[in-house]
Amino acid sequence: MTETEAPGADALQEYFDATIARDQRVEPRDWMPEGYRKTLIRQIAQHAHSEIIGMQPEGDWITRAPSLRRKSILFAKVQDEAGHGLYLYSAAETLGADRDDLTERLITGRQKYSSIFNYPTPTFADVGVIGWFVDGAAICNQVPLCRSSYGPYARAMVRVCKEESFHQRQGYELLMTMMSGTEGQRAMVQDAVDRWWWPSLMMFGPPDDNSPNSERSMAWKIKRHSNDELRQRFVDMTVPQAEHLGVTLPDPELRWNEERGRYDFGTPDYAELMRVISGDGPCNAERVTRRRTAHEDGAWVREAAAAHAAKHTARHTGPDRTEAAA
Amino acid sequence: MSETPTPATGSPRGSWPLYEIFVRGKRGLNHVHVGSLRAADDRMALLNARDLYTRRNEGVSIWAVRSTDIAASAPDEKDPFFAPSGDKVYRHPTFYDIPEDVPHI
Repeated sequence: MTETEAPGADALQEYFDATIARDQRVEPRDWMPEGYRKTLIRQIAQHAHSEIIGMQPEGDWITRAPSLRRKSILFAKVQDEAGHGLYLYSAAETLGADRDDLTERLITGRQKYSSIFNYPTPTFADVGVIGWFVDGAAICNQVPLCRSSYGPYARAMVRVCKEESFHQRQGYELLMTMMSGTEGQRAMVQDAVDRWWWPSLMMFGPPDDNSPNSERSMAWKIKRHSNDELRQRFVDMTVPQAEHLGVTLPDPELRWNEERGRYDFGTPDYAELMRVISGDGPCNAERVTRRRTAHEDGAWVREAAAAHAAKHTARHTGPDRTEAAA
Repeated sequence: MSETPTPATGSPRGSWPLYEIFVRGKRGLNHVHVGSLRAADDRMALLNARDLYTRRNEGVSIWAVRSTDIAASAPDEKDPFFAPSGDKVYRHPTFYDIPEDVPHI
């Protein structure tokens, strides 16, 4: 749209507000407030980075998984994470974000990713618990995002959610297998549960009374539910699964609240969440360094592919141009 | 997911061009836009599209089209571009009253 035929700013804002109010989707070339665009780019980029960094904690186990079956499953899962990252980077690009710039921001630590991926995975039970807790929490977060007001983000989420269910189920199945094994294996599962439970609850972000961006995101219908509501859903969903599995969730305050019809649970250590988000988690430096190294080591491949494409294009268009010139 | 026609001539750092990907889910269906990706050339776009958008048998055929090659109408729904079809109710079968007892119409 050129300058001259552009309607006034008020009319554009009004049209945007009406689109949100009617629960319709905002599409890439629509006018949108700068705050909406920036919020979305930040959220989608962080989400994309989380998928990409999320390949690392489990990727370490691909070569160490105890059977070909488990290796194949893990490989497919980690491939999915890469795919999810790419869907999301594409969605961010529709808002005018630059792909190289997003990568640059990740490997220089200027853009964040989910705090959960800064925790280590010392045992194979961690692979199962990540699938069960972390992907379970991701599902709680992402299902409502399928109705997010920004079209490309919502559509990416539909695709992601379809695939995420496999991730959660393979994790739970892995744990069921270990729980029916030796005493040592059961202890390994419980240890992983103890280590991942609280960080998983932290994935939903700070509590509502301390989540400055939430209100605006909900007004714009980017987010549909508050952090605390999603955290509660996750707890309610997970407790019966833990009982079935035969593990104990490490929270003495966890109990069924008849009146609310939901579980009461303790407060995660939000100071820890803030520390990990700000870069001081157990594996922050390792994760970012590894991503940066992979990016730098891959530079020659990207250059070679670009050179090949250029040569190929020249071969196909070259002679015509020469003739035309002659 | 680009639905682009953003003037995507590539970033200043010369990254690969953006492609829009269309997948035919099965024989008998149209190709449908599923999203976008970056690739150095057409062949890589198809390979990447296969790995990215058809990991679970979602397609039997893929089109990869450079985003810059797509011509698109203006984004505004109120654009007069679509006005010609707005007031022609007689193009719809429900415009015509036919008695209930006339069969097969």
